[in-house]
Amino acid sequence: MQQIFNFIFKNSTGILFLLLLSISLSLTIQSHSFHKSRIISSANFLTGGVYEEINSFTEYLNLKTENDALALENARLKSILFNTKDTTTIEKPQNLKGVAPDDIVVSKVIHNSYNTHENFLTLNSGANDGVKPDMGVINSLGIVGIIDRTSAKYSTVVSILNTKSQINAKIKKSNHFGSLTWNGKSTGYVQLVDVPRLASVRKGDTIVTGGQSVIFPEGINIGTVDKVYKEEETNYYVLNIKLFNDMTNLGHVYIIKSKDRDEVNNLEKEIKKDE
Amino acid sequence: MSSTFFINILRFILLLTLQIVIFNNMTFLGFIMPLPYILFIILYPVNSNKPTLIISSFLLGLIMDLFSNSGGIHTTACLILAYYRPYLFKFAFGVSYEYQTIKLNESITPERFSFILLAVVIHHFTLFILEAFQVTFIFDILIRTLLSTIFTIISCIIIIYLIKPNKR
Repeated sequence: MQQIFNFIFKNSTGILFLLLLSISLSLTIQSHSFHKSRIISSANFLTGGVYEEINSFTEYLNLKTENDALALENARLKSILFNTKDTTTIEKPQNLKGVAPDDIVVSKVIHNSYNTHENFLTLNSGANDGVKPDMGVINSLGIVGIIDRTSAKYSTVVSILNTKSQINAKIKKSNHFGSLTWNGKSTGYVQLVDVPRLASVRKGDTIVTGGQSVIFPEGINIGTVDKVYKEEETNYYVLNIKLFNDMTNLGHVYIIKSKDRDEVNNLEKEIKKDE
Repeated sequence: MSSTFFINILRFILLLTLQIVIFNNMTFLGFIMPLPYILFIILYPVNSNKPTLIISSFLLGLIMDLFSNSGGIHTTACLILAYYRPYLFKFAFGVSYEYQTIKLNESITPERFSFILLAVVIHHFTLFILEAFQVTFIFDILIRTLLSTIFTIISCIIIIYLIKPNKR
């Protein structure tokens, strides 16, 4: 007994180190398993508050570009306003199949990371605004990511620039499906893998979200094909896609809740029950 | 004793604030980020007790992880650096490092520079390995480690010169 205590006293630093190391390693490993919720995230009171403060400052510096974007959007809105008979509509992204205008939450990116392999965004709306995990996030140019975790006022988003992210997407003109991944290299490009070789793809074709995903409505813009090559092992096409969005510069985003989603999920549950 | 204690707490808060507010937003070529917050571990007094250093570097890393959404990678890297710091001292300054009163914030000699270099390399290498978590990214990890080390050391040296008390 005496010897055990002596051993512990002698190696107290080492034991403390190992204890804390195991905690931190388990946090690391847990964060790499994608679908588990993370304990350490920037969607909490302290970090969200600090990021809000920092963002209010950087927002001031970006006023000019934001103004330009708003001016562009204004011009577009006005052109819609003057060209339609029904002038009462409010401009939220429309023509989204299966999404009512009430199911769109307008939010703002308060923290954006794009320099690691697994990137996350932080938004300033949370469960109080009706945001729930697994909702899709888009902006006026294209898709941004999927909600990962929410607190009362903030939420984190798995960016499409995340090597763990997989989103169903298709080629707009031919309806061939593939899944959208990122190889961790350039922030302007993502990859569409597992595209069948029957598909006729050419440089410049538009890629949109596919209908198989219940997170995103069908037909939201992603990007254009930049390069087509064949994967040696599987003989499927891999497409290098140039994003419409500049992921390094995001302002306002829309969080969308697909109305059909519950319906689809229920239907699939019923099928499983029947089996 | 109490004055060094308060200086360390002040350093802890100041370096974290600097890192989160300024350096986290400073990215070169899209992926190189200087991480001068580890100066806290580097500049920690040589002879003070080790458990305090290990616990405080755990907290330091944890707060960084909270702000950068990265699970536990900063925590692990900081812990490893804090634990192996005495060995780095021994390597850089010789066996009798404990009997010297080394203050890193005096002037930068080759020994001090080699100590800082080693510490930064160890921290960054652990960090980027855990961040990628895949063997296929090994080349990427090495490049990130190399380039980030350069930028971290430059920012560390600038900070050391800025907080250096004006003697002489």
